[in-house]
Amino acid sequence: MRLSNKQVDRIATGVFYFFAFLIIVILGGLIGYILYRGIGHISFDFLTSPPQTFKVGGGIGPQLFNSLFLLVLTMLITVPIGIGAGIYMAEYSRPGKFTDFIRLVVEVLSSFPSIVVGLFGLLVFVNYFDLKFSLLAGALALTVFNLPLMVRITEQGIRGVPREQKEAGLALGLTRWKTITKVMLPVALPTILTGTILAAGRVFGEAAALLFTAGMSSPRLDFTDWNPFSPVSPLNPLRPAETLAVHIWKINSEGIAPDAAQIAAGASTVLIITVLLFNLGSRWLGRYMYRKLTASK
Amino acid sequence: MKKTMLVMMTMVLALTLAACGSKNGNETSGGGGAEGLSGSILAAGSTAMQPLVEQVANKFMADSKYSGITVQVQGGGSGTGLTQVSEGQADIGNSDIFANEKFKDGDATKAEELVDHQVAVVAMSTVVNKDIAIDNLTKQQLVDIFTGKVTNWKEVGGADAKIVIVNRPSSSGTRKTFEKYGLGTASEDLPGNIQEDSSGTVKKLVGETPGAIGYLALSYLDDSVKKLKLDGVEATPDNVKAGTYPIWAYQHMYTKGEPNEAVKAFLDFMLTDDIQKTDVTELGYIAINEMQVTRDESGKIVKK
Amino acid sequence: MKATIEPSTRSSEGANPAAPTPGEAVSQPMNVSSNQSTGGKPSGNKPVARKRSRSGNEWFGKTYTMICVSVLIITIFSIVYFVASKGLATFFVNGVSLKEFLTGVKWAPDGEPQTFGALPFITGSFMTSILAACISAPLAFCAAIFMTELMPKFGKTVMQPVIELLAGIPSVVYGFVGLSVIVPFLRSVFPGQGLGIAAGAIVLSIMILPTITTIATDAMSNLPRGLKEGSYALGATRWQTISRSILPAVLPAMLTGVVLGIARAFGEALAVQMVIGNAPHIPNSLFESASTLTSVITLSMGNTIMGTVQNNVLWSLALMLLTMTFVFIFIVRVLERRSLR
Repeated sequence: MRLSNKQVDRIATGVFYFFAFLIIVILGGLIGYILYRGIGHISFDFLTSPPQTFKVGGGIGPQLFNSLFLLVLTMLITVPIGIGAGIYMAEYSRPGKFTDFIRLVVEVLSSFPSIVVGLFGLLVFVNYFDLKFSLLAGALALTVFNLPLMVRITEQGIRGVPREQKEAGLALGLTRWKTITKVMLPVALPTILTGTILAAGRVFGEAAALLFTAGMSSPRLDFTDWNPFSPVSPLNPLRPAETLAVHIWKINSEGIAPDAAQIAAGASTVLIITVLLFNLGSRWLGRYMYRKLTASK
Repeated sequence: MKKTMLVMMTMVLALTLAACGSKNGNETSGGGGAEGLSGSILAAGSTAMQPLVEQVANKFMADSKYSGITVQVQGGGSGTGLTQVSEGQADIGNSDIFANEKFKDGDATKAEELVDHQVAVVAMSTVVNKDIAIDNLTKQQLVDIFTGKVTNWKEVGGADAKIVIVNRPSSSGTRKTFEKYGLGTASEDLPGNIQEDSSGTVKKLVGETPGAIGYLALSYLDDSVKKLKLDGVEATPDNVKAGTYPIWAYQHMYTKGEPNEAVKAFLDFMLTDDIQKTDVTELGYIAINEMQVTRDESGKIVKK
Repeated sequence: MKATIEPSTRSSEGANPAAPTPGEAVSQPMNVSSNQSTGGKPSGNKPVARKRSRSGNEWFGKTYTMICVSVLIITIFSIVYFVASKGLATFFVNGVSLKEFLTGVKWAPDGEPQTFGALPFITGSFMTSILAACISAPLAFCAAIFMTELMPKFGKTVMQPVIELLAGIPSVVYGFVGLSVIVPFLRSVFPGQGLGIAAGAIVLSIMILPTITTIATDAMSNLPRGLKEGSYALGATRWQTISRSILPAVLPAMLTGVVLGIARAFGEALAVQMVIGNAPHIPNSLFESASTLTSVITLSMGNTIMGTVQNNVLWSLALMLLTMTFVFIFIVRVLERRSLR
C-alpha cells in the first residue's frame, strides 16, 4: 500500500518531533546525571577548602580560584590583542591576498586540536621560555585558542555598526582611529562582550592543553599574601596552577582519596554550573546593555 | 615596513617572556642563609609519586626549621620529570624507574649526570575482577596470560570466562617494573586488550569488567578489586621487605649533580624515620630503610 | 574543540537584538552629516584619513592593530615550526621510515626491535570521528528543522540555549560520563568490554552535535522566504517542502558543519582517551579496544623523555593532527566556495 502524502508528512513530522525530543532527553539526562551525582557534595566548605591527598573531606578551593584567575590572565592577554586584530580585519584591511591569508590563519588557529596547542605550549612556553609549569604558560596556551575567537567576535561586532555612524564620526573631523575607538567600539560592545563571555566559558572547561602547561598541582597558597611576586601568593602568575577541569582529570585517574569519586562528581557539577552561569550571564548582559544603550539616547 | 614590525613584535614577545623566565630562575636556586635555608624547590615528574611528595612537602614547609623554603610538586609523568631535571628546569625529577632505562642510546650520558635518591619502595600486585574464583597464579601462568598464550580463565584453573587484560602503555614505568620483576619478559600488546596509564582507571575497569586482570600499586588497592598471589606469595609490605615478593620498584628523586643545601634538606627530610613511618607507610608505600634487601638497576638483589 | 565557537557566536548575535538596534537608534541624528562622504568604502575616506594620518593618533591605531595581527601570524608560524621540527626529527634524525610510520600496523616504540607503525591510530581517529559525524548529522538536521520549521519559539527559548550549553560542557566531564554510563551500557548489551570505537564515537557525537546543529540552523533561517512559501503554495506538504526544497538548499552548509564536526572530533583528546581502550591495534569490531592519534599522545607523552625517539614519534603524531586540521579547513573552504556558486 502506498502512503498518501499527508500520511508521509505526518510520519515525518512525528520523526522530527521524536528526535528533537530525544536530543532534549539526552541533554536533560546528561546534565541531570551530573548534577544529581554531584550536587549533594557541594557545600561552602567543599568550595573553599584545599584538596586532601589521601583523607576524606578534600575541597576544590584553590582549583576554583586557579580556574578563575587563569581566565582573568588569559583575558588580559587576549582582549587587547584580539580586539586590535579584529579592528584591523574590519576597518584597516583591504581585500586582497594578505587579508585572505589572515582570515585563513584565524580559521586554522581556531580549529587546532587543544592537545597540539598544549604540546606547543610545553615546548615553547614551559621549556623554551623557561616559564615552567605556570599560570602564565597556561594563559599563553589558552590565548592561542581564544585569540581567533576574539578576532572574529570583534570583527563581527564592528561590521555590525551602521555605516552612518562611522561616517558621522569621520565627518566630524575625527581620525579613523578615534572614530573606531570612540564611536564604533562602544556601539559594538554588547556583541563583543556577549561573545567574549561565551568564549570564556569554554576556556574555563579546557583541560588537555593545560595538562602540559599550567601543570597538575597547586602549591600551598597563602590567601593573605597578595604580593604577586611571592611564591605562595595566589596572584603570582609564575606559580603552577591546577584548574578545576584538570583536577577532575587528575582525581579520576590518580586520585587515592577514599571520596575521590564524589569529589570528581562535585567538581564536575561546579564546572557545569559555572559554564551555565557564563551562558546566562552573557545573555543577561547583552539584554541589559541593549536596554541601557537605547535608553541613553 | 610590515616585516620590521613583525621582527619587532617577535623580539618584544621574546624579551618579555625571557625576562619573566630569568626572574623565576633566580628564585629557584636555593641559597643557604645564616639562620636557616631559603629558596624554592621544584620537584616534577611521576604522577603516581605526586601525592607522596606533595604530602611530605607540606609537612616540610610546615616545619619551622625550613620555613624559608618553598617546595612545589608537579606531575607530568616520569619522562617529563627526568627531561626537566636534566635540562635544569626542575630541581628534582621524580621517577618510578631508573633514569638510564629511560635515557637510552645517544642520551645515555644525560643519565650519568643525574644523582639518584631513592626515597621509598612501591610494590605492585596482580589484581583481578572479583568474580574470578582463583587467588593464586604462578609466574608462568602470568606470563602466558600477558603474552596471549592463555585466553580463558579455565586454562589456569578458573571458571570458563574470557580473560580481559588491562595493561599499561608500553612507555609506562609501572608496566616496565611489572614486566621485569613479575613476568621476566615483555608482555604483548595484544589486540583487544585495554591500556590505561592511570591507576585509578585501571582499578575502575578491573573492578567493573568481568574476567579482567591488571596490576596496581599497593597504594591504590581497595576492596573493589581482588588481589592475586604470585607463586603463592602475597604482595604485602612484609614480603617485599624480606625480599620474597619480587614485584616492587624504588621511587627515585633525581637531582642533576649533587643537590644544593635546600634540596638536600628536603631529601634528607624525606628519609627521616618520622616521615618514612607515617606518611610513606600511610600512603601505601614501603619505608626505604625497612627494606632488608637492595636491588640495583640490573635487577640483582643483595641482602643488606 | 574550538571549531564550534564561530557558529554559536554567530547565532547568539542573532538571538540578541542588541547588536544592530542601538546603532540605528543612536545614528538617527547623525544621518544629516553623513551625506558628505559618499560611499563609505575605505577608498571614499582616503583623503580624509590621509590628511589626519600625520597626527600620531592615527599612526598609533594602524601600528597597534598591525601588531595585533602579526601576533596571530607569529603564533601560527611558530606552532607549525616547532611541532614540525620535533615531528620531522623522527624521520630525519632518528631515521624512522615515513612509509613504515604511515602504513605499519605494529606499534612498539619500546620493543625489540622498535617499530613505529601508526596506521592503527590513523584508522582509529578516522573511524571514531566519521562514525561520530554519522550519528550526529541526522540528529542535528532534525534538531535544526525542529527549531526553524516546527516550533521556532520553543526552539529559540529552550532548545538553542540547551544546545549551546552542550558546547560548553568540558570534555573531561564528557569522558567521565562516558566511562560511567556509556561504557557499562555497551558492555552489557554488546560483546566485548564496552570500551572501543563505538563508545568513543557516541561520546564524540554528543560533543559535536552543537557544531553541526548551529550551522544547520543558521543555514535554514537564512534561506530566502520565497523558497519555502513557493513550495507550500504549490500544495506541497511540510515533509515534501523539507525534503525537496530545504534539504537540497542547506546541504552544502550541512556538509561544512559535518566537516567542522569531524575536525573537532579528530582533535579531541581526553574524553576519547578515557573510553576507547587504547590498544595499539586496528580493531576487528566497534566494541574492541582501539586507539586514536590523540589518545596515544596523552597516554605516552608524560612517560617519555624529550629528544628520544619514543618522544619524537609522538610529536610526529601531533604533526599529523596539525596537518589534518589544514586538510579539514581546506575541505571546508572548497565546500563554501561551491555553495557560493
